[in-house]
Amino acid sequence: MIFFEFARRNVRLHWLRSLLAVIGIVIGVAAIASMGILGNSLVLSISETLTDVGDTIVITPHTGGGNGPPGASSKGISDRQVTEIQRTVGSNIVVPLYVGGDRVVIGGEVGAASIYGMRQEDVPELLDLEDGVYLRGPTTALAGAKIAEEYDLRVGSRVRVGDEEARLRTSGIMKERGVGFDINPDYALVVSDVFYQDFYGADEWDQVIVKVRNLDDIDTVKAAIEDQFNRREEVVNVLDTKAVLETLIETFNRISTFTTAIGGISLVVAGVSIFNVMMMSVTERTKEIGVIRSIGALQKEVLLMFLYESLILGLTGSAIGGLMSFFGGYLAVSVMLQDTSYLFVPSSLVYILYGMGFGIGTSILSGLYPAWKASHVNPIEALRHE
Amino acid sequence: MNEEGPIIRFTGVTKVYPLPAGDVVALDHVSLDVMPGEFLAIMGPSGSGKSTLLNLMGCLDTPTSGTLFIKGKDVGTLSDDELTRLRRDHIGFIFQQFNLIPLLNVIENVEFPRILKEREGGCTERCLEVLAAVGLEEELFSHTPAELSGGQQQRVAIARALINDPEILLADEPTGNLDTKTGTGIMELLDEMNRRGRTVIMVTHDQNVAAYARRRITIVDGRIA
Repeated sequence: MIFFEFARRNVRLHWLRSLLAVIGIVIGVAAIASMGILGNSLVLSISETLTDVGDTIVITPHTGGGNGPPGASSKGISDRQVTEIQRTVGSNIVVPLYVGGDRVVIGGEVGAASIYGMRQEDVPELLDLEDGVYLRGPTTALAGAKIAEEYDLRVGSRVRVGDEEARLRTSGIMKERGVGFDINPDYALVVSDVFYQDFYGADEWDQVIVKVRNLDDIDTVKAAIEDQFNRREEVVNVLDTKAVLETLIETFNRISTFTTAIGGISLVVAGVSIFNVMMMSVTERTKEIGVIRSIGALQKEVLLMFLYESLILGLTGSAIGGLMSFFGGYLAVSVMLQDTSYLFVPSSLVYILYGMGFGIGTSILSGLYPAWKASHVNPIEALRHE
Repeated sequence: MNEEGPIIRFTGVTKVYPLPAGDVVALDHVSLDVMPGEFLAIMGPSGSGKSTLLNLMGCLDTPTSGTLFIKGKDVGTLSDDELTRLRRDHIGFIFQQFNLIPLLNVIENVEFPRILKEREGGCTERCLEVLAAVGLEEELFSHTPAELSGGQQQRVAIARALINDPEILLADEPTGNLDTKTGTGIMELLDEMNRRGRTVIMVTHDQNVAAYARRRITIVDGRIA
């Protein structure tokens, strides 16, 4: 293909300015792809953090309960209602909780912590251990990972809770769990329901968590609970974490799109640079255009010749930019997330293709007008051009 | 128009170039027949309209009024693509400045119009044939135009003009940039092409060069004198 060859040789002849235009595309493509990879890694890492609770339905009383002082909730979820929930959700796991917060004294230090009261047998359903064992009777407590770190708590450490300073022994340290929609045990102590009832005088539960075994059932289970309790009046609030999760991921996707668009701005600049290079090329080669037109090149062939030139710049820049995005993406992700495991997943790598596609597209678009101009040069005037 | 008729026919052709300072009449009601196989020299002072006449013959331009037939086709009615194809397939151009394409070597320059027409190129038999006809040494074939002398460049340009075997050769001051000896060589080459049956039309203001032509016309102020 002689016109491609023409274009290739012209790019080589003017290698410096071609190089500069290519660098523009490289930066544009790398910016788009890196930002895309970063955004996607962000979404993936967030969604993985939240996947643990994505199968969770949180039921709270419609009024009262929740995070008031322990025992203060006059209207919670009764044992009878918990049994009803268990019947409604079938084989899915039901975990009723007391939720409160209190003063704690650990090794002479005084602080505050969330206190969760749970049936001993339920604890393994919701929490993983880092060290030690699960609750062993009403005088034991599990410590959250962060609180353990802060107060230097170990298995066997003594903890005193409340103004009466009830003595508890740490039987285990929980694994760090991150932010959840159901419970946030990292800064909390988990105690047995028996202790909670005795110490705080609580009778009704503050919250019931349903863990759905099959994620696809979550909507059905949620609807069943709503149907059971809220048919006549709002008795409980039913929060489906999957829906919350989806909203959150959507938000992050938007942020990701936005950062990618910022990367796109650099590609626009690169497009202007290619446009400039191509206009220079057309002006410089006006006489040559006149010659090839006079010896029989059609307008569309001249158009093609110049489009090839911008295509070569675009392809080269996009290919190099695509490679650079690996490094750019790696750098961005490792700096921002300290975790590069999401870099090589298809949904991240596809941004490299997007970046390259945009790079090539921008080049062709920028080359269109100069190529059109070249093809419409008047051959007679072009031949006179020096 | 049959084979015996003129290969180029101007009938009352006027060419006006509109300029901001006012219209310039480059050709004023020119009527002219060129028969197949003629060797015609167009002479005249600068700005007389010689080049305009040649550009019209080469389908690079169309008349403002009047009719121009080339190979029996009314040039005024043809589209840009049709004009281009007429140029490509039937007309060979030879320029004063040689106008070889600097990015291409000798073979590629010569093959270029053939590639435009046939979509294929390379060092074909036809290419070697025309290069032999213009007497260019083989060791120069891979050189670029910048590496050739003026005379060599013009030979390559003539070879390029001949590659598609056109009936009409248009030469615009073909020896204008060459010394007398080299110029004579080029003129002998054009003379030979004419004797082989091609119509050669040449613009020149050099009497010695014009002497090669069988017929000479002079243009003054856009009219044939």
